[in-house]
Amino acid sequence: MTTLFTSDHEWLRIEGDVATIGVTDYAQSQLGDVVFVELPKVGRALKKAEAAAVVESVKAASDVYAPISGEVVEVNEALTAEPALVNSDAGGKAWFFKLRIADKSELGGLMDEAAYKAHTA
Amino acid sequence: MLARDESPLKRTPLHALHVARGGKMVPFAGYEMPVQYPAGVLKEHLHTRANAGLFDVSHMGQLALRPKSGQVKDAALALERLVPQDIVAVAPGRQRYAQFTNEDGGILDDLMVANFGDHLFLVVNAACKAEDEAHLRAHLSDTCVIDSLAGRGLIALQGPKAEKALAKLCADVTAMRFMDTGPRQVAGLDCFVSRSGYTGEDGFEISVPAAQAEALVTALLENPDVLPIGLGARDSLRLEAGLCLYGHDIDTTTTPVEGALEWSVQKSRRNGGARAGGFPGAEKILAQFEKGAARRRVGLRPEGRAPVREGALLFADAAASEPIGKVTSGGFGPSLNAPVAMGYLPTSLSANGTRVFAEVRGQRLPLQVAAMPFVSNTYKR
Repeated sequence: MTTLFTSDHEWLRIEGDVATIGVTDYAQSQLGDVVFVELPKVGRALKKAEAAAVVESVKAASDVYAPISGEVVEVNEALTAEPALVNSDAGGKAWFFKLRIADKSELGGLMDEAAYKAHTA
Repeated sequence: MLARDESPLKRTPLHALHVARGGKMVPFAGYEMPVQYPAGVLKEHLHTRANAGLFDVSHMGQLALRPKSGQVKDAALALERLVPQDIVAVAPGRQRYAQFTNEDGGILDDLMVANFGDHLFLVVNAACKAEDEAHLRAHLSDTCVIDSLAGRGLIALQGPKAEKALAKLCADVTAMRFMDTGPRQVAGLDCFVSRSGYTGEDGFEISVPAAQAEALVTALLENPDVLPIGLGARDSLRLEAGLCLYGHDIDTTTTPVEGALEWSVQKSRRNGGARAGGFPGAEKILAQFEKGAARRRVGLRPEGRAPVREGALLFADAAASEPIGKVTSGGFGPSLNAPVAMGYLPTSLSANGTRVFAEVRGQRLPLQVAAMPFVSNTYKR
């Protein structure tokens, strides 16, 4: 299992040909209290960099982008019921959706944890 | 709202205190202001409704209108040339909400007008204060001396525990009612205190000499019931209270009638009143009192959980191609634990319970027209 990061403050956990995607703890601290999450539909084919989900704080709405191309195979309905999970457990229980990876070469452009730490430092 | 020019951002007398307390500073109306503190918008909002919140509103404009005759009634009559409110009837020690109107009946700014016995004290919006001062000088210099009180800070203390917190520094405040105002000694400082605010809660606004603003705020924050609150929660609190934000919910293109502010225009200034008309745009505004206006500001409650924000277009049904209105303020109401909004709709579709649709990210989301305030106010009348 590998965890990768994007410059837009999303994380991807790679298990076989499926990537689980969420936002980082740094992202949730910048967003503030999350009050609404909109998830993509299962079965939707996402292209890399396409807006896939929406996360809203009291103040503003932000997009969550597909960090790689792929088909949505599962979404985290718990987030719809309890958006504040994004604040309390961004890197764990608050995953957004799982993608069946379309092109593994797209993973090459992502950061590992050390590079991401340097990016947010 | 961002600064309109390249000039450096101004700072309020409380800037160092905001930074020391971890305030996240952002540009707002030409000032560097705290949008939130480490507690975050949600907790700050709920703390204000349950305890007491302290807001720095020193960016707002404070002005004194001094009648050359020495008679405050002359300043009141002069100001009535610029606003549709009855200012003469504002008794000493009282204040009233008002709007500067333009020749088209639009709103140049909204403001508070207080009678301090021998002069009027005005509080105007930060983004409009230079224009407001120029407007006053251009039209009222014949009868009044206009003093910009730029050397004063302004804070608001809001919430159910505001009275108890302020009474420790100024025992007089317990006797004040909603919209009472006047000079008071607070912690030995020469302040102006009004029982008013912008949250729907009981509370106070306190004008204090800039040099002593930090000392006053520090004294108030010694009380564990009082927390500093940023502009983020100020906005969600006022939205739940159904209060207009100038430049968003009302502006030069909306009249007081369209803005659902009829309650703020006293009968004496309407047709048949003792001093009917005589303010900019009176013909249009007074005709709207008789015949109604084509559109109206309304409260909106989204049926789902998704916030519907400023700028979202409104439609009569899920498939309609032409918008019928627009959301002017919208977000999440922490006390309601639900999204809330306000916006403009055709008057024929403005009745409470009317269902309309907002376009959000390509989807049509249903909302219902709802009475405001969304959260009942707790003013001490």
